[in-house]
Amino acid sequence: MRTADAAAGQSRARPLWLAGALAVLALSMVAGLLGGAADISPWQVVAQAADWLPFVTVESGLTPVEQGLLYELRLPRVLVAAVVGGLLAIAGAGYQGVFRNPLADPYLLGAAAGAGLMTTVAIVLLPQLAAGIPVAAFAGAVGGVFLAYALGNTAGRSGGTSTLVLAGVAVTSFLTAIQTFVQQFKVEELQRIYAWILGDVGGGWEQFRLVLPYAVVSAVLLLLHGRMLDVLSVGDEEAVSLGVRAARVRFAVLLAGALATAAAVAVSGLIGFVGIVVPHVVRRLAGGSYRSVLPLSLIAGAAFLVLADLAARTVIAPAELPIGVVTMFVGAPFFVAVLRMTRRTAT
Amino acid sequence: MIGVRDLSVRLGEREVLTGVDATVRRGEWLAIIGPNGAGKSTLLKAVMGALAHRGEVDVGGRSAATLKPRERARLIAYAPQTPALPPDMTVFDYALLGRTPYIPYLGRESRHDRDVTASVLDRLDLAEFAVRRVGELSGGERQRVVLARALAQQAPVLLLDEPTTALDLGHQQQVLELVDRLRRADGLTVITTLHDLTLAGQYADTLLLLARGRAVACGEPGKVLTEPLVGEHFDARVMIEPGPGGRPVVHLVRGEP
Repeated sequence: MRTADAAAGQSRARPLWLAGALAVLALSMVAGLLGGAADISPWQVVAQAADWLPFVTVESGLTPVEQGLLYELRLPRVLVAAVVGGLLAIAGAGYQGVFRNPLADPYLLGAAAGAGLMTTVAIVLLPQLAAGIPVAAFAGAVGGVFLAYALGNTAGRSGGTSTLVLAGVAVTSFLTAIQTFVQQFKVEELQRIYAWILGDVGGGWEQFRLVLPYAVVSAVLLLLHGRMLDVLSVGDEEAVSLGVRAARVRFAVLLAGALATAAAVAVSGLIGFVGIVVPHVVRRLAGGSYRSVLPLSLIAGAAFLVLADLAARTVIAPAELPIGVVTMFVGAPFFVAVLRMTRRTAT
Repeated sequence: MIGVRDLSVRLGEREVLTGVDATVRRGEWLAIIGPNGAGKSTLLKAVMGALAHRGEVDVGGRSAATLKPRERARLIAYAPQTPALPPDMTVFDYALLGRTPYIPYLGRESRHDRDVTASVLDRLDLAEFAVRRVGELSGGERQRVVLARALAQQAPVLLLDEPTTALDLGHQQQVLELVDRLRRADGLTVITTLHDLTLAGQYADTLLLLARGRAVACGEPGKVLTEPLVGEHFDARVMIEPGPGGRPVVHLVRGEP
């Protein structure tokens, strides 16, 4: 029974990849807690992290000031980076599955442009109300996707993907045009608008609490659809022949992906490249089944953004780089390297 | 096993199929033949349930219109002419997709689903390919992998749209022999579209000749593959003579210079 052995081997490989990815994420988070000023050893960080867990008491030997620094500044920062990175990556993976297009990313359907527009409007109209920005961004992202979806479904045959992509492109450029127009009214707020666009994960526990519920719901929904995305990958007709209503699956995944993207964008701005690079790297390394691609993208995206944030904080310390700059600057060459390393004849 | 009555399909403005009737008994092999654009693939897709149509389709005595998509998928398996093969998926994962009608919407496959998939791969001599990526396979191997997915569906009816396209002579024979063997062993009912008339006549019990969306002839190969019928509907000059097993062989005849 060679097949059975091989199949068993295949199913064994998945947990191995998951364990490996989780180990990388754990190391990244320790590195994220370590990075920056203050002289703390890795073991102290690990001990302190264990101490934070419920029912565990470990003496880390850190001073109360150092503990406060870790708990109030670095821990929420690392956690927000992890959640946002994971959300963007898993949403990107989901969209790539739905559109059967490797170039799909979470911002494809107007989420980024909608969030950008509403945030700009909020900053221009209510400059003193910083708490309104996540709400505005969230509403804008959801609105942008809704607009693209409605447009795509009325313009083309219902459930088709190519009209949906084109609708997303149209909505994106239309909303971006309005956003550019609006920001010209308050040139003095330009820097704030650009700072938001380039992304920020330094908003503390408040930021983490805002994103967490949406993150959990959307990530679970997406993870549940791994097998269905595999079915969609053979095409709509064959999906029908397998008893699957393709349009229904697409709608569920788009909804969950839009929620994930909106939540990520609302708390952290428009961090680019995570949603497109991470799923590709995962697919290259661990194979193309969405049952692996989705969970691994979640974990690898989290690790990637934690490390990107670490770089953003330390490269030109004490100043900080915008995290979106780091993801693109580091992400692009890394992506090329992975493409080259795993080059194959058929892709 | 499959009954089609007065089936018509409209795609946009054009009526692609008009009033087609056909009956296929359990264990029988029906080949749909006809010139390009006659509606061969459309007929398969309508039977499979992917196209809106008028008229009746029966599967195993039940009206297909009353079947839920998953129920229908347990009765009819389908392999398209040019299947989309996700290049990074492993052969095993791809074949496992055939088990979809048996797995709850958001559920996981069971041990049984994996066993069925593994045994189908074994049967098609694909065991050693199980962990290979689909994108790395040759044309003949791909065709077998698509067939494996359809067989993993364990449906009593198998619809194959041009299963021999883009295959060389040996691989064409290999695939059709395989389908024939499976049909005899499992009592499968097979409906294929086939381009090659001689091949269709060799393997199928019954031929259905479509032309411009209508069924113009139906019956055993010797009755359908005649010089007048083929000449008229394919607009071709042919010579037909008895070949192996008394089944007709179709030759093209070169025109006068």
